[in-house]
Amino acid sequence: MNDAAANAAKAASPEMSDDHLTTADGRPLKVALAEAQAKARRRAFLLVLPLLAFILVSFVFPITQLLYRSVYNPAFSDNMPALVQWFSENSDSTEPGEDAFAALASDLKSLRENKTAGIVGTRVNYDLPGSRSLFTKSARKASKLEPPYREAILDIDEDWADPLLWRVMRTASSPITGSFYLAALDRTRDAEGNIQPVAEERQVYIKLFKRTLFLSALITLTTLILGFPVAHLLATLPLRQSNLLMIFVLLPFWTSLLVRTTSWIVLLQSQGVINNVMVATGVLDDESRIQMIYNQTGTIIAMTHILLPFMILPLYSVMRPIDPSYVRAARSLGASSWTAFRRIYLPQTVPGVAAGALLVFILAVGYYITPALVGGSNGQLISNLIAFHMQKSLNWSLAAALAALLLGGVLILYWLYDRLIGIDNLKLG
Amino acid sequence: MKKTLILTTALAGFAFAATAQEVNVMSWGGAYTKSQVEAYGKPFTAETGIKVNWIDADNPATPIKAQVEAGNVTIDVADVEYSDAIRLCDEGLLEEIDHSMLPPAPDGTPAEEDFLEGALTDCAVANIVWSTVMAYNTDNVNGQPTSIADFFDTEKFPGKRGLRKSAKATLEMALMADGVPAGEVYDMLETKEGVDRAFAKLDTIKDDIIWWEAGAQPPQLLADGEVVMSTAYNGRIFNAAVAEGQPFEIVWDGQILDYDLFVVPKGAPNKDNAMKFIAFATDTQRLADQASWISYGPARRSSGALVGKYVDGKTEMAPHMPTSEAALKNALVNNFEFWADRDTDLNERFNAWLSN
Repeated sequence: MNDAAANAAKAASPEMSDDHLTTADGRPLKVALAEAQAKARRRAFLLVLPLLAFILVSFVFPITQLLYRSVYNPAFSDNMPALVQWFSENSDSTEPGEDAFAALASDLKSLRENKTAGIVGTRVNYDLPGSRSLFTKSARKASKLEPPYREAILDIDEDWADPLLWRVMRTASSPITGSFYLAALDRTRDAEGNIQPVAEERQVYIKLFKRTLFLSALITLTTLILGFPVAHLLATLPLRQSNLLMIFVLLPFWTSLLVRTTSWIVLLQSQGVINNVMVATGVLDDESRIQMIYNQTGTIIAMTHILLPFMILPLYSVMRPIDPSYVRAARSLGASSWTAFRRIYLPQTVPGVAAGALLVFILAVGYYITPALVGGSNGQLISNLIAFHMQKSLNWSLAAALAALLLGGVLILYWLYDRLIGIDNLKLG
Repeated sequence: MKKTLILTTALAGFAFAATAQEVNVMSWGGAYTKSQVEAYGKPFTAETGIKVNWIDADNPATPIKAQVEAGNVTIDVADVEYSDAIRLCDEGLLEEIDHSMLPPAPDGTPAEEDFLEGALTDCAVANIVWSTVMAYNTDNVNGQPTSIADFFDTEKFPGKRGLRKSAKATLEMALMADGVPAGEVYDMLETKEGVDRAFAKLDTIKDDIIWWEAGAQPPQLLADGEVVMSTAYNGRIFNAAVAEGQPFEIVWDGQILDYDLFVVPKGAPNKDNAMKFIAFATDTQRLADQASWISYGPARRSSGALVGKYVDGKTEMAPHMPTSEAALKNALVNNFEFWADRDTDLNERFNAWLSN
């Protein structure tokens, strides 16, 4: 900054009192300080630049790209140019006539030439089950198509006259679509284009979203109830003993997730250790073994155990520096032990509780492998269906829509959490 | 994946520099590739002098798309699953295979009639048949289950059942257990009534089902006594029973057959050798030879009679083949076209049914 600018700054704020303070080379102190700080900020930025670039390349970019798929699917629009044109020239209510079928015939021929019938069929099949083979079969016979096209195509398969098929193709003809979000919310469009709930026997996603949130909240609560006394014990014992105990907390943390989940199967299954002991000691008879795994109970028990360290560690780090003399002072002033705990100790642990609860909840919401192994049929979470669409059905757009909804839900909860508890109040360790 | 690609490229590169006459075959690794090396690879090189380079992959279908689209194809032959063979072919990533180049059976039956139904497609030739079967632990079942209907009969055979958590195979088995002949299963599943009927049958044992997802789970569940019967891949049960001595038995009634197939990626560098290799490997004797290394069945009818003993030298393989005459009595061939159309739809309904 030159002198003129410095003078202008001075003129703009006449109340400034550092008029006479200058550095050794005669520049105003404030300007020199700002410059030095800017330099430090630049250096700090350069230091984090590799990490920032890493996060952008390996995290932000792929996730954005994947989430973009939830609204963008060009499989139809890229490969069916004639029909896309017909849709753009004719309004919603136009009955597909000879010109539409002529466009369809020319697209089917190009599907045959480019061998892209599978791609287009798969896209339409997402919205209208059973139509993939309609495309592959018709494309195979496309070279023989002669006008009048309507008759020729309906000769291959009558299903081409289905108004719902034309509605679905119209929707798919735009690469930007909301239909995957509709599907992720158990909704669909009928032949007139109205949004309707899907048949009751196939509604699943909303229920799983609710169950995921409920189970995650429950697991957070159980880890808090189990973890709080343990963290307190760790924080108050002499260092030698608490270090030993800490190893017991961390040991499972260092063990492979699959090993821990499998151990729970060994313990909990109906021919497992716990049931066998209860049968042997006569608590249960052989016929009435308790089913503790391959259901919701299994998911809750195994996930509570696996996520427990994420609750204990932040709690411990907050409890360790709490000075025991506060509680002692409260007791000496006549507070009962409950009052002293409730009014003096508990409020000081809030940052740890807040951090632990947030960590456990967010991890639980996205958990996948444990519910897949021990959850049976009613212990599945939404992430299991996201994985299903990523790996098995290969409907990445639907998987992305589900993931985006889950992300949105978590962000809303995070915002609520910030309003209620305050993110500044959070201490992770 | 990337590592595989680099490895593949490097391997192929070296091999290319070494000899002109060669073929690069990508398969699944482990005991499966070993069976192919012994039964196809070694005799092929001995007879033709063409060197076979074996490359392992987690799923050989995965690199094909990447290689063809990048225009840098290094694989000549890949061993893929049915669904991938059809999908890659529909997307134009595979060479078409002329069925007339395949050798006829020893008795002169043309290849097109000798191969099992569905084993030949425009772009693929099947080499083995694997199957989803029902198996039980003889120590834990009271009596002897003999049919798929027994799987759903918890009164006659009380105890938990293991089933794969997927609509595929599960719905077909439910219908067959309900008395639908194998030949009508897929027609019935095309209709809403048929699907309702399958789910109604599943409802009768829903509370007794333990769902599995990985192929290693059913033998474990059976050994632990957690279930008394389970569906499973036949190779897993064979290994547990013969190699580990577990008291497992397979009930072949209502089994569902699937193929593994050879395909040639579009633009394969040694396309001619690839076709020669496929024709050689899928002849009657080679397919029969492979069966003595692993309990998967040959994809040709004429190979069945030639299947010998397991490598331990004492176990006759024939009765362990999903393609043995007894096993094929009431067997269903997985209909890929049906599942390509209905997979999403039926699995959505299946997932909804599960969570209710």
